[in-house]
Amino acid sequence: MSAYKIIDHEYDVVVLGAGGSGLRAAVGLSEAGLKTACVSKVFPTRSHTSAAQGGISAALGNMGEDDWRWHMYDTVKGADWLGDQDSIEYLCKEAPAAVLELEKYGVPFSRTDDGKIYQRPFGGMTKNYGNETVQRTCAAADRTGHAILHTLYGQALKHNTEFFIEYFALDLIMKDGACKGIIAWNLNDGTIHRFKSHTTIIATGGYGKVYYSATSAHTCTGDGNAMALRAGLPLQDMEFVQFHPTGIYGHGTLISEGVRGEGGYLVNSKGERFMERYAPKAKDLASRDVVSRSIAVEINEGRGIGKEQDHVHLHIDHLDPKVIDERLPGISEASKLFANVDVTKEPIPVVPTVHYNMGGIPTNYKAEVLTLNGSEKTVPGLMAIGEAACVSVHGANRLGSNSLIDLVVFGRAAAKRAAELVKPGMKHDEIDKNETDRCLDRFDKLRNSEGSNPTSELRLSMQKTMQSKCAVFRTEKTLKEGVDEIRRPYDGMDSLSVKDKSLIFNTDLVETLEFDNLIRQAITTMDSAYHRKESRGAHAREDFPKRDDENYMQHTLSWCNGSKTKINYRPVHRSTLTNDVQYFPPQERVY
Amino acid sequence: MVQLNLPANSKVEKGQYYKDKTGSKNIRKVNVYRWDPSTNENPRLDTYEVDMDNCSSKVLDILNKIKNEIDPSIAYRRSCAHGVCGSCAMNMNGKNGLACTKSHSELNGDIDIYPLPHLKVLKDLIGDLSTLYKQYESVEPWLKTSKVNDKENIQTKEDRAKLDGLYECIMCACCSTSCPSYWWNGEKYLGPAVLLQAYRWIIDSRDEDRKERLKKVADELKLYRCHTILNCTNACPKGLNPAKAIAEIKKMLATA
Repeated sequence: MSAYKIIDHEYDVVVLGAGGSGLRAAVGLSEAGLKTACVSKVFPTRSHTSAAQGGISAALGNMGEDDWRWHMYDTVKGADWLGDQDSIEYLCKEAPAAVLELEKYGVPFSRTDDGKIYQRPFGGMTKNYGNETVQRTCAAADRTGHAILHTLYGQALKHNTEFFIEYFALDLIMKDGACKGIIAWNLNDGTIHRFKSHTTIIATGGYGKVYYSATSAHTCTGDGNAMALRAGLPLQDMEFVQFHPTGIYGHGTLISEGVRGEGGYLVNSKGERFMERYAPKAKDLASRDVVSRSIAVEINEGRGIGKEQDHVHLHIDHLDPKVIDERLPGISEASKLFANVDVTKEPIPVVPTVHYNMGGIPTNYKAEVLTLNGSEKTVPGLMAIGEAACVSVHGANRLGSNSLIDLVVFGRAAAKRAAELVKPGMKHDEIDKNETDRCLDRFDKLRNSEGSNPTSELRLSMQKTMQSKCAVFRTEKTLKEGVDEIRRPYDGMDSLSVKDKSLIFNTDLVETLEFDNLIRQAITTMDSAYHRKESRGAHAREDFPKRDDENYMQHTLSWCNGSKTKINYRPVHRSTLTNDVQYFPPQERVY
Repeated sequence: MVQLNLPANSKVEKGQYYKDKTGSKNIRKVNVYRWDPSTNENPRLDTYEVDMDNCSSKVLDILNKIKNEIDPSIAYRRSCAHGVCGSCAMNMNGKNGLACTKSHSELNGDIDIYPLPHLKVLKDLIGDLSTLYKQYESVEPWLKTSKVNDKENIQTKEDRAKLDGLYECIMCACCSTSCPSYWWNGEKYLGPAVLLQAYRWIIDSRDEDRKERLKKVADELKLYRCHTILNCTNACPKGLNPAKAIAEIKKMLATA
């Protein structure tokens, strides 16, 4: 299979993806003098980081006393003790410097009266180890992700990062268990490109599009995760899928947790502020898994709103319109556009909506990819950051505003580590022809599919199965059905139909490649969920309602070959990185 | 007599007609510009009959429905689907906008969907924005400050408020591609999108390079090709006002 013209490149480091984490890594790599390519299927500012609204967490203490150890405790508890505490320590300790760096880059943060970075309350963020609400989430109105993404793109331009934009990555190039680069398809002219690199950093984001209703963009297809699976590497903790409590009913558009941070609250059909019953202390600012489950229970017990009694209301109509205008302008706009609601007068109809993948490519706190071979081993030449990675700092449930900080802290860490491992201009290995052929065979086979199942139908079938069998609440029965059902769209690829055979902006083929990526992640998610027989964070089993630390304080690892998975486990790291803080032993998790 | 020739591929021909197969009583005709660079054919206008009883409210929902259910070969950019990424900018019934935020109920009659005007078309609704991106790079969109301490820059609420209406730009190019001056001089005139971004850095109280930045844009072609037609402000799907930003730059130069 060598009918395709291949263009070769050599780089010290290749970053795959140009969202918040990919751009931050690229900036650091360029600063370190490494020849860096940043490859992305969309123009950088189109990346889904732009959709992050509420803010970025860091214990700056601009709005009252704060301590990174409190932030760490909140993150450990939010993660329901599935996070690795060495990584969480690193995240929270490095967070303040990372946010100040963003400010120096030019991020237009909102300001306090004395001109410092404005910080708002957010779910699960507390003072003094769970005692009272703290204002820790740094915000640029409700467009924080957008502001950070555009600023980081500017920094990458400043540092002359080489971009390969609208290139769709096909696969990792592996040799003797090490990553040697990637192969990508240039959508602009249809050519195939082989990038040799000493380190490849996967920053391809989450895979929300395995579900029917998600706040994720069309492009959130976890391409890098699937590339890791095809390279024979495992994904970690895939069963942990975050449902954001407040997606706009019927459309799925995100309504930031910052809305509740600024004083918004949820009510059921009886007009009752039901969160007071589920989380007496934190109420509407409990962590996301707790709030989403509470909404689901309200709806299941008949206290939902609307003709179908299938959603609840989010009120901010009691807030001063000036506050809404200054701090939540994007929310007002989205509510008007997608729910036809004037937030100063009416409540917003909302429902829990798939939002974030805690799971992904396992890494250590230096962003090096891990696999299990007897014990934990790093994979030479490969790193992962951002939502694609599972460091794991978010464990079983991520706290709001911990995602943006994860992007920049670990984007920076990856660049630092790569600069230690790679010296500019090091010689590249030869790439085995078989490795290129394996990748292009798959590409060519999908491109020339002449069967009867359109990609859109298989994708819809996958999304409906995930939505109904792997939702907020799970049981042995639904998951068992899910494990069988989710393989049908995979098998449907045997008779796939791809109508467009061209190579320039063939979006029929792009969506097919994306589906091939999604379905592997859907299968590992379903199988991982089936095998975890406990409730922890976002994984709520009605038949196993308790957390089981004895058997399941472990990360799930899942390999996937075709539609066959292999499940194994590795212990959660039960120690901190330094003596600056003590290990937080598991406790009961109440808000 | 002067001979005027249109460039190759400028004539749009009548394309295929896709009749409704659902039996729906609520049909809308949607005409979509199609061009495939891998053929030597001229562009064409394909017509799709779309069942509106089973279609969500935005123009992007129509395109997704066509791609998923009628014709998977149709090519357009799309990502966030709620107006923050700027991917799905296109021309709908003669006006630029984002397909994901434009309600089809606001469009009268048959719906005509074209790529953004005056861009080189790469395929179907996908335009070439590389010139605009290079121009964006040319205004050096990053903060220039000599401060190297490890504290944040202090910025008053009033100074921060000056960035409102500027930093929200999603670079969708709806404004620049609606501007006649940009159509004629797109290689040299920076256009409203990029000038709005230039002003965003000029007016940032933390930036120490204001004079240099102003000097760089103070050019007959880069800046003064703006003839205050105001199509840009009319086109912006985020409700921003690039024309005002350009006027502010001109004012700063005039009073400097």
